[in-house]
Amino acid sequence: MNIRCLKRALTSLLLAALPLAEPPAGAADGPGTWPTLQRPASAESAPDADGFIRRWLILEPLPAMGLTDGAVQSSVKKEHFPDPFTVLPKDGDKVTTAGAERTWHAVDTTQYNVNLFHFARSLGKPTSNVLFWGVTVVNCAEELKDVRLAIGSNAASVWWVNGSEVVGIYGDRQTVIDDGVSKRLTLKKGTNIVRCAVVNGGGATDFCARFLDASDQPLKGYSVRLSAGGN
Amino acid sequence: MLALLTRAMALDGEFRIHDPSTLVRCDGRFYTYGTGGTCLVSEDGWTWGRGATPPRRGMAPDIIHVGDRYLMYVARNVGAQPRADINLVWTRSLDTNSPDGKWEEAGVVASSDGVEDCNAIDPGLMLDPTDGKLWMVYGSYFGFIRLLELDPKSGLRQDPNATPVNLAINCEAPILIQEGGWYYLLATHGSCCRGADSGYNLRMGRSRKVTGPYLDHEGVEMIRGGGKLFAGSRGRVIGPGHFGRIQLEDGVEKFSCHYEADLDRGGASVLDLRPLLWKDGWPVAGDNLQEGTYQIESVRTGTVLELAVEGTPVGGRRERRGGPGPGGPAGPGPGGGPPPGGGGGLFGGTGRSIPDQDVAQVSTNWPIGELPLRMATYLCQAQQKWSITAVTNAGGYLGSPYFKITVANTDRALAATAEGELIVVPAFTGAPEQLWRIDQLADGTWRLQPKSTPGHPQPFALSAVGASFATLSKFDAGSNKHHWILKAP
Repeated sequence: MNIRCLKRALTSLLLAALPLAEPPAGAADGPGTWPTLQRPASAESAPDADGFIRRWLILEPLPAMGLTDGAVQSSVKKEHFPDPFTVLPKDGDKVTTAGAERTWHAVDTTQYNVNLFHFARSLGKPTSNVLFWGVTVVNCAEELKDVRLAIGSNAASVWWVNGSEVVGIYGDRQTVIDDGVSKRLTLKKGTNIVRCAVVNGGGATDFCARFLDASDQPLKGYSVRLSAGGN
Repeated sequence: MLALLTRAMALDGEFRIHDPSTLVRCDGRFYTYGTGGTCLVSEDGWTWGRGATPPRRGMAPDIIHVGDRYLMYVARNVGAQPRADINLVWTRSLDTNSPDGKWEEAGVVASSDGVEDCNAIDPGLMLDPTDGKLWMVYGSYFGFIRLLELDPKSGLRQDPNATPVNLAINCEAPILIQEGGWYYLLATHGSCCRGADSGYNLRMGRSRKVTGPYLDHEGVEMIRGGGKLFAGSRGRVIGPGHFGRIQLEDGVEKFSCHYEADLDRGGASVLDLRPLLWKDGWPVAGDNLQEGTYQIESVRTGTVLELAVEGTPVGGRRERRGGPGPGGPAGPGPGGGPPPGGGGGLFGGTGRSIPDQDVAQVSTNWPIGELPLRMATYLCQAQQKWSITAVTNAGGYLGSPYFKITVANTDRALAATAEGELIVVPAFTGAPEQLWRIDQLADGTWRLQPKSTPGHPQPFALSAVGASFATLSKFDAGSNKHHWILKAP
């Protein structure tokens, strides 16, 4: 084991001992200091050159423990707030859960991935033993068959497209492009809602997501908004 | 890559033959012809039976499909060896029940007079894919292996007055193949026709020009006796000879040969069909899959197939701190290392050997019924080990039977779905979507294909579309998604 791995193991030991880690020391107190995230400057965006979706609504983190299949499924199936699989929040919407009020934030990532550590840290929120909810809206001009949602996350995550669970990856893991990939699915003409729940144990946390076409190539040609009723 | 020391398994049916020709296909069937008029026919390349003897019987024929005709070249002795000639016969169909199935005689193509340095038997044909020229090499030990250009239209000599080119010595049953800018001359060295005492072995050299010189890997010309070993005796089979190339599709090749003696069949001379691989610019004899337990690892992702259940660490979960773990003192020692004196702690182990995971124990928590398949980092867990077992009486493909793929020591079987995806069914039923064709590819990795995918007429192959997810899709030899490594766990 190298020093980095040893530090990670010992850090995990320490974090596991705490029901919910404290916000990191020196954390900023506003999204203006997000190193890799920006507030959306337009109503609509598009997947990037590699097909990654860069616009998301992210809810401030909730406490969550455990990264095994069962623990993650238990965490994400708990109704943290009303209608978690049907509600389409807006930037600034607030929910009260786990005894605290939490806010949805609209973000554009400057990278292929969404850095949830940057997101939480800049808000002075914990980054360990937490669950992040994310949601975005994909608007298609035509129905698209045989596409796949392809995601990567640090750590475990579960994903839904139009209310159906399509991907789940578990355990302590790093973000790998196209790690979890759904079975073939159909994107409707018009609004399609993509949701994710990312559970982190400790350390860095992020995710990336894109759709693949029937040839496993990055899907483009659709728009991304944070509200329904695109096309 | 899996290293196999013995032949995976013999073909099925009747496959005794000596000096088999290159395999050819006609109306969906595979055919090969041997010395004495032997004909073997197969619908699938796995189960073989006797076919009709062609009217011209002889020694070590070779056959090639050019245009709408099958050209067969058959040698005969016309006096004391090495006085011999090679005759051309042709037909438009190898199915003797077909109205096109009549053989026609076309005459002598090459001969040796019994004095010259050549024995005109053992022809081998190549239609050059680069320029469409038809070539025949021939010869057997006495003197030279020789090269002649033939007319693809008639099958006869392009120039009856042309002098054959000498290519090699000390061998017989030569044949040419072309790949990647090289011509390869494969020939059989050693003695034949002595059963288990036959020293037959396949050797080769290569040249940038079809006319040679052909050099082996050490730079020795084959005309001076050189030859890099391609395949020799091993396991229970002795004396491979009479190579024939079979190009099935991009990235999937086989070769045919016979063994002088199959010890499991009383020392009979038998046909074999094996994968043909390529490495460092040379052909390599591959192996048909042997039954066994494997981890199935994606070349693309390095992750392995697993039944999608929550895994249990081998040896059980160990508490990292505090807790009643079996390892004695918990937590790391000073500085994070093992505690002084050995066992226990985060890094100290249990102090005793941890046995392999018992699937009967860990599977008690697995859901009943159909379960998803996924991929994960290999952790030696029970849901990551797969038994690959030949299925009897289910047919097969070139060189192998169909296999079932089950979670080791369970009956849970990998299957294709009508959606072109994968699932693990609770019990193997023998349905076509649960039968697997497993071909070794040119690079030594493996392709896994269900015999059929419900509702999909085209063949699909196992594809690592994601690091944690596999699917089925059309095979692409150039994509690592379809290349798999089968490792003994």
